[in-house]
Amino acid sequence: MEGKAPAKARFGMVIDLDRCDGCGACMVACAVENNVPPARPSANDRTGLTWMRVHRATGGGPQGGDAVFIPVSCQHCGHHAPCVSVCPQNAVDVNPETGVVSQIPERCLGCRYCMAACPYHARYFNWWDPAWPAGTEAALNPEVSVRMRGVVEKCNFCHARWHAAKAKAAAAGKREIDPADYVPACVEACPNQAIVFGDLDDASSPAARLAREPHAFRLLDRLGTEPKVFYRSEREWVRRLGEADVAREAKEA
Amino acid sequence: MDAPLIVRGLRRCSTRRFLAWMLPWAALLGVGLLAIGLCLVKGLNQTNMDNRFAFGLWIFLDLAVIALGAGAFFTGFLLYILRRHELSAVINSAVVIGFLCYSGAIGVLMVDVGQPLRAWFTFWHPNVHSMLTEVTFCITCYLTVLAFEYLPIVLKNRQLRRIPSFLVFEFELHKVMPVLAGVGTFLSFFHQGSLGGLYGVLRGRPFAFRDGFAIWPSTFFLFILSAIAVGPSFVLLTTWLVGKISGRTLVRPGVFQLLARISGWLLAVYVAAKCVDTLLWLNRTAPRTGAAPYQFYAWEPFGTWVLFVEIVAFGLAPALVFLSRRLRARTGWLVGAATLACAGVVTNRFVMTIQTLTVPTLPFEPYMLYWPSWQEVATFLAVVAYAVIVYSLSFRYLALFPQERELQQG
Repeated sequence: MEGKAPAKARFGMVIDLDRCDGCGACMVACAVENNVPPARPSANDRTGLTWMRVHRATGGGPQGGDAVFIPVSCQHCGHHAPCVSVCPQNAVDVNPETGVVSQIPERCLGCRYCMAACPYHARYFNWWDPAWPAGTEAALNPEVSVRMRGVVEKCNFCHARWHAAKAKAAAAGKREIDPADYVPACVEACPNQAIVFGDLDDASSPAARLAREPHAFRLLDRLGTEPKVFYRSEREWVRRLGEADVAREAKEA
Repeated sequence: MDAPLIVRGLRRCSTRRFLAWMLPWAALLGVGLLAIGLCLVKGLNQTNMDNRFAFGLWIFLDLAVIALGAGAFFTGFLLYILRRHELSAVINSAVVIGFLCYSGAIGVLMVDVGQPLRAWFTFWHPNVHSMLTEVTFCITCYLTVLAFEYLPIVLKNRQLRRIPSFLVFEFELHKVMPVLAGVGTFLSFFHQGSLGGLYGVLRGRPFAFRDGFAIWPSTFFLFILSAIAVGPSFVLLTTWLVGKISGRTLVRPGVFQLLARISGWLLAVYVAAKCVDTLLWLNRTAPRTGAAPYQFYAWEPFGTWVLFVEIVAFGLAPALVFLSRRLRARTGWLVGAATLACAGVVTNRFVMTIQTLTVPTLPFEPYMLYWPSWQEVATFLAVVAYAVIVYSLSFRYLALFPQERELQQG
């Protein structure tokens, strides 16, 4: 369980919303890296698997017509992650070495209580059996297990890459990984370099430095879940989007 | 044709009429089994649930059914522990209803989870911090207790009594009934509470999150209170309904009056506690998490009217009727109040399950609605059909109401 031993590292990311243009490259890279199957024809916006999802919000500006794109993945809560304590069979795990919150699909019952508990709507259920168009299975990432129907999945900061970085460090006789060897796919794919990843406890890492900047904020900070995904923006109205009490448009989606 | 199976001295309709009654329910069960088959074979894509509405019709109705089924344990508690012997007139029926409610709810849960074959994982890798673990343990244990409480009723059947070992077994089971009632009460108190705790601990969902006492949020206690308040109402309502459908007088009027009085007092306490909890939640708990409580009711389909209906129309109103000697003496008022009380607990479970998921947490996400698919509706109707079929068989061949024969002769 989380909280028993402090994580050795506290990996997190800072997403610069002023740089994000909503191209979706992070979503595609994430899906390819993590063997997220393509959506079924009958799937919709609410049943698809999108570990990284880019939202669009409007407001601010002279007529409130300013727009911002907000990539949202699992926020890897650092304090009493809501999904960890609710799972009845310990299928949600916090890695004590990285602080990464992971789902164990082989143990997941598919009760979806963690999805109801997550305030960031960042958990996804496999409503269908995973399937790829014929011939494309060969392009699957051999380092990442494919998840079965009926289980929950979510972003794990490309944990397979962390394992690869550890293996590389071990082969070189080192105990610590080289930060350059552990970069999630979304970070790598962003053409605007809007996402910066690193150990938030390492004061020298760019991510830690950006997270301490005055324009950095987190989503729903007052819930006290201590997310490890930070956002930053020069625009005040965008930073206000991190608060839950912002008046929202009442509409049925 | 089946006369040798019917309890001696009781009048029941002809076999043909009974089969005609059962036929539509059997058809409904058949359609429901088809829907269940589709969900199990093709997956939960047969439902209209989605990543936002991770819980839907099934969880909402499971919670409602389990609350209504509380009549079983609470009647047992009043009869065997508090020695309210008048309730022996309805205890058998309450046990059968409780068994059907719980077994039906567990059946639906097995369809609702994505990997039903992994249900045992919760017992093997239990997370002791999860309310759902507590619910799973208590509900399965309590269903076993209910099965043991149902068994002597079945073994009393006219033909089964002819087997001496069954008779001895039934006699022995009767001796441990107060122990079973005690165990059942303990388990039920806990899982009714844990079902409330399921939502109350969701700190990421300010609409559901509540402060509480020690490790239990206030919803833990409110769910127990609402279940024991409405349980007797549901026993009253079902007994009246069975009497109407069968055309028999099943219990003396005094039994209805007692059930109404118990329901009335408990409902009044529940309404008071619910009001205090609502005020604390809207003024203290929710603002502390950064939420703006007015937004909970900003979306018209779920405006503040839901709160009014739940607390006043379906809570305070039936409590006042039950507590008025003059009003509860009139069958129309009595049955109407029992119906309202049951509707109240169903509304509360709806609010906690569906409305919680309707309200978004991120400010750039919209309010959302969900409509169940026909497979979801049919699956739940299959549970209703299963319950009606088993109850009808029990009513026909078992002695569910001990006072019936006496009242029939009178």
